[in-house]
Amino acid sequence: MAPTLTQFDVLAIRREFPILQQEVNGKPLAFLDSGASSQKPRQVLDCLEDYYRRYNANVHRGVYRLSEEATFAYERARGKVASFIGAASPREVVFTRNTTEALNLVANAWGGANLRPGDRILLTLMEHHSNIVPWQLIARRTGAVIDYLGLDGEGRLVLDELDTRLTDRTRVVALAHQSNVLGTINPVRQIAERAHAVGAIVVVDGAQSVPHMPVNVQALGCDFLAFSGHKMCAPTGIGALWGRRELLDAMPPFLGGGSMIKVVELDQSSFADVPARFEAGTPAIGEAIAFGAAVDYLSAIGMEAIQRHEHELLAYALERLGAVDGLTIVGPRDTRERGAAVSFALEGVHPHDLAAVLDGEGVAVRAGHHCTQPLHRHLDVPATTRASFYIYNIPEEVDRLVAGIEKARRMFR
Amino acid sequence: MDDMYREQILEHARHPHNFGTIEGASVSHEEHNPLCGDRVRIDLLIEDGVITNVRFSGRGCAISQASASMLTDELRGMSVEQARAYRKDDLLALIGIPLSKNPTRLKCALLSLKTLKAGLYGVGQVSDDEL
Repeated sequence: MAPTLTQFDVLAIRREFPILQQEVNGKPLAFLDSGASSQKPRQVLDCLEDYYRRYNANVHRGVYRLSEEATFAYERARGKVASFIGAASPREVVFTRNTTEALNLVANAWGGANLRPGDRILLTLMEHHSNIVPWQLIARRTGAVIDYLGLDGEGRLVLDELDTRLTDRTRVVALAHQSNVLGTINPVRQIAERAHAVGAIVVVDGAQSVPHMPVNVQALGCDFLAFSGHKMCAPTGIGALWGRRELLDAMPPFLGGGSMIKVVELDQSSFADVPARFEAGTPAIGEAIAFGAAVDYLSAIGMEAIQRHEHELLAYALERLGAVDGLTIVGPRDTRERGAAVSFALEGVHPHDLAAVLDGEGVAVRAGHHCTQPLHRHLDVPATTRASFYIYNIPEEVDRLVAGIEKARRMFR
Repeated sequence: MDDMYREQILEHARHPHNFGTIEGASVSHEEHNPLCGDRVRIDLLIEDGVITNVRFSGRGCAISQASASMLTDELRGMSVEQARAYRKDDLLALIGIPLSKNPTRLKCALLSLKTLKAGLYGVGQVSDDEL
């Protein structure tokens, strides 16, 4: 039987998301793909519209009223995002387009300045392509070498491998806080302590954790944290990189252009202080301000409550999906070790076909390799189907997911 | 959605025709769909400019597998010139399912034809526009 949700009035929350009020293929929309991108509440949409309707102007340039107001709101949003993750100062938060750009920034600016031939970069087999490819590119440029930490049968990192994979040549350990496919939550603090002991920096992909649980960079003990606004109720095109002040201060620029300079001469330039040094060109101003509104929205509900709500859904989803014949869930069985993204394979039904059948039932899920080809190769499946949950999901949507899966099983038998 | 999975498609997906490989094939080529990891390999035996045997292998969704099954049925006995001239509209008409609103699934349906063209022209890549 579907559980009763206890954390907050989820039906009231649902009413704040206009997109959820529609039917898809004649059925109410059950949106189970927030791991890819979340929906946006009215508060965030209103904030974005207010900027474009009332005070749209470039930041850090004009001395006129609108520009001053936009600059104030943009910088206030930076402060909100910084507080949200426990940063020591707003100056440690660089606005980027998304997690991918934030990780590319670290790989290029920090990696380009610090990696030498033979240095080692330690990644894990569960990384999203955005935390693999930027390191491959910088490794090729600098002569550094990439190692991978392996996984056990339930998709958890094999920490014993740190004894051999972490060497005195390891300069970077880059890993996901939570896997976008397995749902595994990694023990970042423990790994960071080991990494720091050999002098490596720790870069965390927080795309799947920051939207779903309380995340505090001091408690994590990492050096960089990358995350995306669009997965946490903010618009697309805005994300953030948090970095330790001393590391950011010592880093050369990533992209060149306006805003990131002090003095430009014909043959050379000097660069602005952090974070402006890493924000070349006109940023996504309205989107950044709306990112601040999203952070306010989530904070008002409370990240602890959000995490508990998702765990109630997760436990129910694991129970219902686990009872489907021929369905194999990947990732940890223990709900305490994972977040609310559940990927699975269904015997005899390709994920694309399953997702298409579910779409016909108004249920939106992700199908494919979820930008984790090395992980899927390791799991020895070409693709999986993923259902991921957020603040607005309800147990009845799990029931509809399972009913749709049963329908697909009958069709393809 | 129900239009997409007509019985004919499901039947080909369950029991694909011409599934396998050919020892000593004249042409053997494999293409991937990076979006979903699907792959299709087509082996052709060509004698005097005519396709006398054809097999496909790989794994993927019902649409990509049914499409490969139906396309390989067509190819047997065709001249290489005819096969080269085979158009995407010919294949879509053969499959007979509406995919105009599903560009992602269109890629699944056309993966086998892409494999055939790349194999016949001996090139690594054929863009969807060239089919």
